[in-house]
Amino acid sequence: MRLLCSVSLAVLAAVPRAGAAVNVVATTEDLAVLAREVGGDRVKVEALARGYQDPHFVEAKPSLILKLHSADLLVLVGRELEIGWLPPLIQQSRNAKVQAGAEGYLDASLSVKILEIPTGQITRAMGDVHPLGNPHYWLDPGNGRHVAKAIVDKLSRMAPADAGYFASRYADFDKRLAEAEKRWDALMAPYKGVKIVTYHRSWPNFTDRFGLDVVGYVEPKPGIPPSPRHTLALIAEMRRLSVKIIVVEPYFDLKTPNSVARETGARVLVLAPSVGAEPKVTDYIKLFDHDVNLVVSAIKDTGSP
Amino acid sequence: MRHFVCFVPGLLLAASGLLTFPAAATAAEQSPPGGTASSVGDEVGVLRGELETLRQDYASRIAALEARLQALEGVQAAAPAPAPSPALQAAGASKIFNPDIGVVGNFVGAAGQSPGGGEPSLNMQEAELSFQAVVDPYARADFFVTLGPDEVALEEGYITFPTLPGGFLTKIGKMRDAFGKVNGQHPHTLPFIDRPLVSTNLTGGEDGLADAGISVARLIPNPWLFLEATGQVYQGESEIFKAPMRGDLAYVGHLRAYQDLGESTNIDLGGSIAYGHNGVTADTTTRLLGADATLRWKPLRRSIYTHFLARGELVWSRTGTADGPFDAVGGYGYLEYQFGRRWTAGVRYDNSERAQEPGLRDEGGSFIVTFKPSEWSLVRAQYRRTSFAGEDSPANELLFQFLFAIGAHGAHPF
Repeated sequence: MRLLCSVSLAVLAAVPRAGAAVNVVATTEDLAVLAREVGGDRVKVEALARGYQDPHFVEAKPSLILKLHSADLLVLVGRELEIGWLPPLIQQSRNAKVQAGAEGYLDASLSVKILEIPTGQITRAMGDVHPLGNPHYWLDPGNGRHVAKAIVDKLSRMAPADAGYFASRYADFDKRLAEAEKRWDALMAPYKGVKIVTYHRSWPNFTDRFGLDVVGYVEPKPGIPPSPRHTLALIAEMRRLSVKIIVVEPYFDLKTPNSVARETGARVLVLAPSVGAEPKVTDYIKLFDHDVNLVVSAIKDTGSP
Repeated sequence: MRHFVCFVPGLLLAASGLLTFPAAATAAEQSPPGGTASSVGDEVGVLRGELETLRQDYASRIAALEARLQALEGVQAAAPAPAPSPALQAAGASKIFNPDIGVVGNFVGAAGQSPGGGEPSLNMQEAELSFQAVVDPYARADFFVTLGPDEVALEEGYITFPTLPGGFLTKIGKMRDAFGKVNGQHPHTLPFIDRPLVSTNLTGGEDGLADAGISVARLIPNPWLFLEATGQVYQGESEIFKAPMRGDLAYVGHLRAYQDLGESTNIDLGGSIAYGHNGVTADTTTRLLGADATLRWKPLRRSIYTHFLARGELVWSRTGTADGPFDAVGGYGYLEYQFGRRWTAGVRYDNSERAQEPGLRDEGGSFIVTFKPSEWSLVRAQYRRTSFAGEDSPANELLFQFLFAIGAHGAHPF
């Protein structure tokens, strides 16, 4: 006991912070690459969740507490996406800068377009419904731009001397993103209104932006695993509408999507819901390059209506 | 807003229509089929004047309309992008500061023979109410109230200061002691229905080591691993500790070391010590030493479908009595494997001496299967075989449990 006390008292001295770079921790790799785009070499960025991981179910490991402990800025997706794991991490971080409401706490969802905000009575009979709207908003490049801008504004307040640097990096990113958007829009333009089915409700911002029509989900309700009855109904609906594409996130089991695909002649398409979901998806623009190319070639191959 | 913005360009179109149509109409009316050159010239001059006034009139009107349109667009651009959720609006501003409220129901049934009678056949073991909220910019508060079949108790209720200077995570209130792993867990977060024999025999069973006091925990910075030291001081009023005098406090110390062994695997080690008066006589004390080790494996790509966990805890107890101290040791080992999105199986081995009955040792084993329909409910069955010291034949029991939660979405336990 006495030993424990003396050990804990002996190590009072805080670890000195190395360098002047702003230490940014982002909950997902998407937010991390956006922070890197605008922060350049004036920031040090780490992500808590990997891109191939279900962001709803990250484990609150103590190693993540250490990352938050030394953060100057926490960028989170918000809309309760991280509610199962981020609050205990923040609480145990012993870091006043990143507590909810503090200067270093940036909820990226406050500056973007949010879809599927529920109206009326919400109950868990609807499954794992997000009462504050769909949190997968980074899958619309327009929202990525808004998030990058919010990060620039925050970084410029935290490191005013580098504000010009951040602004020019943002301008460059904005330009590259706008060029890429033209490319993606041109690729997707012929396929407006193509009907698809997705596993989870991760894609409304993507399908809204690129004009795809989601007509069903493999999950009967958000967060509820596929049931035989729902799967049969989905197969019937897909046959009726001749849906030929089933989009699945890399962290879901392919058994049900594959059997639905066999019954309907559809193709299972594992898209990247986040940067880092595939080794070659290393930045925000490559995320859409990857997904748009896969979608376009799948539509061409299957002759989707 | 959208209707209004659409309305304004419409108004502009109408205005421009007005501008061209009356001008043309006036020209047609006034233009005579014949007449003298001078009168025609005069009339053209008058007409030109009139047209000019009209044009100026409409130009100024359009300018005014354009200004209004711009003002409206400016307002729209400056407005915060996301509208507040209708659910929040419906809740009303006064309720926003209400704490997060949750209720967990824990229904336990049992069948089979047990020497002490064991758990009741069908029992609503407890309903746990939780109230959690931020107090002010410096603290948050957590209350857990348990409603049992015949008691209402404050299981925990404490304030947490997460950002005190020096990195001391400080809690003040009634808490479960930071002694090992199982002692700190509420019944509904345990992976089994009962508590291991070592808890029952050496650390106070279901209520366990829980007391009113002060806890400080600090990270110990080092380049290798996560290291956290916790020191706690308690009143000395729990299943194990009883303070005869006001100054006879109970103390708990805990050291936790954690290290990732890759992204899927990690190891978690802990050492605990608890010391305090036990109330047997005025100056007898009890000392507990604990060691725990956990190995976890959970592949990130399949994290919702599978995981493996191995955990062991050992407790050494020395209980002072009028006849001198009694030593006892006990522990359990537990393995768990998730074999489907909703299915987990576990096996536990128990072995523990009794704290104040030297030489008596209980031994047991359990198989546990858990089915989780969703994040908010689970059904669990446990087959338990226990050889109690001094009994001729082992007790064979089947336990089953329904756990269900409503209300606030708590964090997933780690």
